[in-house]
Amino acid sequence: MDLVVNGDRHTLEMDPRTTLLDALREHLGLTGAKKGCDHGQCGACTVLLEGRRVNSCLILAVTLDGASVTTVEGLAHPVQEKFLEHDGFQCGYCTPGQICSSVGMLDEALSDDDPPELSDAEIRERMSGNLCRCGAYPNIVRAIREVAAR
Amino acid sequence: MKTFTYRTATALDDGLEPGATFLAGGTNLVDLMKLGVATPEVLVDVTKLPLDEVTDLPDGGLRIGAGVRNSDLAAHPRVRRDYPVLSQAVLAGASGQLRNMATTGGNLLQRTRCRYFMDATMPCNKHSPGSGCPARSGDHRNLAILGGSSSCIATHPSDMAVALTALDAVVQVSGPAGARSFPLGDLYLLPGETPHREFTLEHGELITAVDLPGGSGSSAYRKVRDRASYAFAVGSVAAVLTVAEGTVTDVRLAFGAVAPKPWRAHAAEEALRGRPATRESFLAAADAELAAAEPLRDNAFKITLIRNLVASVLEGLS
Amino acid sequence: MTATSERAVGQPLRRIEGPDKVTGAARYAAEYQVGDDLAYGWVAQSPVAGGTLTGVTVDPLVEADDVLAVLWHGNAPRLAEGDDPELAVLQSDRISYRGQALALVVARTLEAARAAAASLQLSIDPSPADTVLSFARDDLYTPEKVNPDFPSETSTGDVSAAFDAAPVRVDVTYSTPALHNSPMEPHATTALWEGDELVLYDSNQHPPGVAATLATLFELPPERVHVITEHVGGGFGSKGTARPNAVLAAMAARVTGRPVRLALPRQALFSMVGHRTPTIQQLRLGATPDGKLTAIDHLAVAHTSRLFEFAEQTAVTTRHLYEAPAVRTGHRLARLDMPTPRWMRAPGEAPGMVGLECAMDELAIALSLDPIELRVRNASSSLLTDCLRHGADRFGWHDRDPRPRQRRDGDWWIGTGVASATYPAMVQPSTARARRLSTGDYEVSIAAADLGTGARTVLTQIAADALDVPHDRVRVRIGDSTLPFASVAGGSSGTASWGWAVTGACRALRDSGGSDEATFDSSDLVEQLNQEGKHAYGAHFAEVRVDAVTGEVRVTRLYGLYAAGRILNPRTARSQFIGGMTMGMGMALHEEGVLDPNVGTWVNHDLAEYHVPTHADIESITAEWLDDAGEGQNPMGSKGIGEIGIVGSPAAIVNAVWHATGVRVRDLPVRLDKLLPHL
Repeated sequence: MDLVVNGDRHTLEMDPRTTLLDALREHLGLTGAKKGCDHGQCGACTVLLEGRRVNSCLILAVTLDGASVTTVEGLAHPVQEKFLEHDGFQCGYCTPGQICSSVGMLDEALSDDDPPELSDAEIRERMSGNLCRCGAYPNIVRAIREVAAR
Repeated sequence: MKTFTYRTATALDDGLEPGATFLAGGTNLVDLMKLGVATPEVLVDVTKLPLDEVTDLPDGGLRIGAGVRNSDLAAHPRVRRDYPVLSQAVLAGASGQLRNMATTGGNLLQRTRCRYFMDATMPCNKHSPGSGCPARSGDHRNLAILGGSSSCIATHPSDMAVALTALDAVVQVSGPAGARSFPLGDLYLLPGETPHREFTLEHGELITAVDLPGGSGSSAYRKVRDRASYAFAVGSVAAVLTVAEGTVTDVRLAFGAVAPKPWRAHAAEEALRGRPATRESFLAAADAELAAAEPLRDNAFKITLIRNLVASVLEGLS
Repeated sequence: MTATSERAVGQPLRRIEGPDKVTGAARYAAEYQVGDDLAYGWVAQSPVAGGTLTGVTVDPLVEADDVLAVLWHGNAPRLAEGDDPELAVLQSDRISYRGQALALVVARTLEAARAAAASLQLSIDPSPADTVLSFARDDLYTPEKVNPDFPSETSTGDVSAAFDAAPVRVDVTYSTPALHNSPMEPHATTALWEGDELVLYDSNQHPPGVAATLATLFELPPERVHVITEHVGGGFGSKGTARPNAVLAAMAARVTGRPVRLALPRQALFSMVGHRTPTIQQLRLGATPDGKLTAIDHLAVAHTSRLFEFAEQTAVTTRHLYEAPAVRTGHRLARLDMPTPRWMRAPGEAPGMVGLECAMDELAIALSLDPIELRVRNASSSLLTDCLRHGADRFGWHDRDPRPRQRRDGDWWIGTGVASATYPAMVQPSTARARRLSTGDYEVSIAAADLGTGARTVLTQIAADALDVPHDRVRVRIGDSTLPFASVAGGSSGTASWGWAVTGACRALRDSGGSDEATFDSSDLVEQLNQEGKHAYGAHFAEVRVDAVTGEVRVTRLYGLYAAGRILNPRTARSQFIGGMTMGMGMALHEEGVLDPNVGTWVNHDLAEYHVPTHADIESITAEWLDDAGEGQNPMGSKGIGEIGIVGSPAAIVNAVWHATGVRVRDLPVRLDKLLPHL
């Protein structure tokens, strides 16, 4: 099967049980997407699939022949600088997922037929699929808010 | 996860070989396969089928393709305008990421979150028929007060399905024996003595669409959970209400997280139709439905919760 | 040498490893590329809480092409005896808790390892399991010491007489559930043998400690175990010592001759890596009518395991926070067929202060006295008084109607609550080395671990000031057991301990008159220190709203004011404080291990069912601090800040819920079903 990751096409042959997350981490050496729970319950594995944020731990790679995936390694987005400025992380393990999720979330809001106002409460709700045990939430929201305001 | 073979479905009536299961968004099935609770031998991927459209029906209703992703459904202009209960319910479920993956058909067919069912090393009459139900004497705070049996008190975890139940949704199904349709409530089986049988679909039948009738009243969904977001419901209410001159002329109510299926509250509706749209009537209607509740040691609070929710949601709509 | 006009310490320097963390370049233990023959381990865990493993049957048809080894006590290499019986993995047939590692599958692929582990037939003779903690048990015993080395019991004055004679009394029982650290990165190890040397990429809070433990178990000279811990995805105590994953990975690598990666699945973290013990606490407070405490009596019951005694120091804070002529504290333990409890952020202080600070709130109500005033009248430290008084001003406490169930906004009951906070200021011996590089920059090395605390960053600041150079000329190397010895990243002692060693090494280099390297060991100085009675203090304030329709609780504001020594980096310090407060909110409202005694374990063992706070739960959370420089007893003047945020913040929320609703919940967490019948 073919998979385009961060613009590079890869031809992969793998166990049909392999998830997109394990394909990235164990087969392509792209360890930016993290395995926090492996069951869609934490968001650390969030990547962009055809531009939409998804949990890569719950997608079988074999279903993605020809698809295009963007991981944190393939991003160059202003939100990353804002995470540094506002200390939007401590241990950093949820961070790639938070960043991919926020990029996807901002796109969702922009492309909405009736674009929502991204208040702090709205950002918090839309980002709730990304757990942060270090409790960097207010800093993450501040980082996203400043990008959203542009 | 046990080994399986993977193929892509090419037609709606493809059917399924023995031991095979359809795969759509995968948010529930892949999860259960990793846990060893689901062990399909063949996965038939239906996401390449042309089932991802939302189209207007001639009667003013709406046809939602079974492959429509939850996030697209919630954001669809007609759903937002005409069926707010549905948009609200979908957005109350899961997370942005999961809603980008999960499909309409898959959501209806998701399995219970009962903690014993989700653990293959535990006894459970649903995943291991005859092994017993530890929940009745064990952890059942978030399990059924309505529709359960001595064999199983699992709850259906969907938010979306609760809204669809209140909207009188009709399920379109296709399979080797042809196409058919039926009310959503008929999709689900109550556990009785056979809690491992959950759906009325024949092997190889595929949900292709869900139809919503037109001309609903005002509607709303309210979900209660143990944290502010990203959690399954502890209780929820979907309501569609029409009031004329202070009198309830039409009402449809469904409850979530209290029964093995999205629970259509027929007794409550009957008690309310033609009654004044007042808090007293709403509470009496809730009581009419909840009289059948059979709570256990730790889940009786759901009676109060649903009763309060019914009154609050209906007051908000009237 | 360049003179700097501005000192680095005290500046809000950004995290040095931040760019790596926001681009995915930072590597964690399971992410190192270690060759083409990497194998994967998967643990088969016990499905019963007690019994004997009599055999393991492997289905030869399952994953036959990929399975490299199936290890269990019948065939696993023998380990030498160590200090921690839970690390004696696959060494005996005895099953001591549900979830214990009984076998390990090693396979060429992750998928094969998982499937083969699930297919193993474990032959077990089960025995009845005893898993329920209660005050009524007749086998409770008094441990000799409580963690880390406190006396189990203390008593001054005649508490019973003083309590009986007190005009105003509170006699209450509070309980807290089992809690799970739940760091975002599950415990993981990548192990390989390079000749006789064992190399472990391991996620832990103490690389030299893990190296020493593995050296003991595998009978190696300590210098032949190399633990690399560059980044750690959180630990919160659960990675303070080697966990079974490190031992199993090393064992599997030895047996297969391959590098082996073992990342525990999330579910295994709920049994294999430690947890916070549940507690049941009896509190009796006596006071004069004007609010002077005359008797404090705090007895705490917790559990330990059959394998190992861990005695949490639940009541220790009660010994010093308030002054009273009669104070008695004690601890009782039950040995259960459960995993051994371990450290979780502020072990002892966090649950103990739920009991004490909620009981103080109840006493204030009984006295018709403002709860801040009650605390101030009895505080043992003026720092605590300062935090309470100034915090009250900044939070906006003074207009508060003391009566419960008075403020209502639509369906929401609104209330506020307060609680004190404290945490010991600890220092431990460490060693650091400073080198002048040929580029003119400096390299400072110490085997510390940065679990997200900002250690790498703050040590850079400390070193820069001690060397009197700009911080960008200092490279700090940490996270490697072969570097000079560092104490554990625990007990909020990391920065104080490592910073002292770093300061010493850098000053020695600066003052050496041209040497290229200096090393400093703080052991002698630390041993001379009298650490008793040194604490950080704080006050937590919460505003909550409770939905009268549903019983749902939302924390609209959580505010903490601290006196915690000199704050070395305000950016990372603030994150530490609010992180602790966030976990405190989880403790108050969401988190609990739900025990089913019939199956002998907590049945909510994943992140969908064990609820930690989400983005949406954190509406407003603020941390500030008072100037407390000079109080810290180390060259930086710092105190620990990693844990105090979770001490008292749960009680502030519980007290606010009472104020909002008039409902006093004494068993955490404050779930909606406990409130709903009373609203």
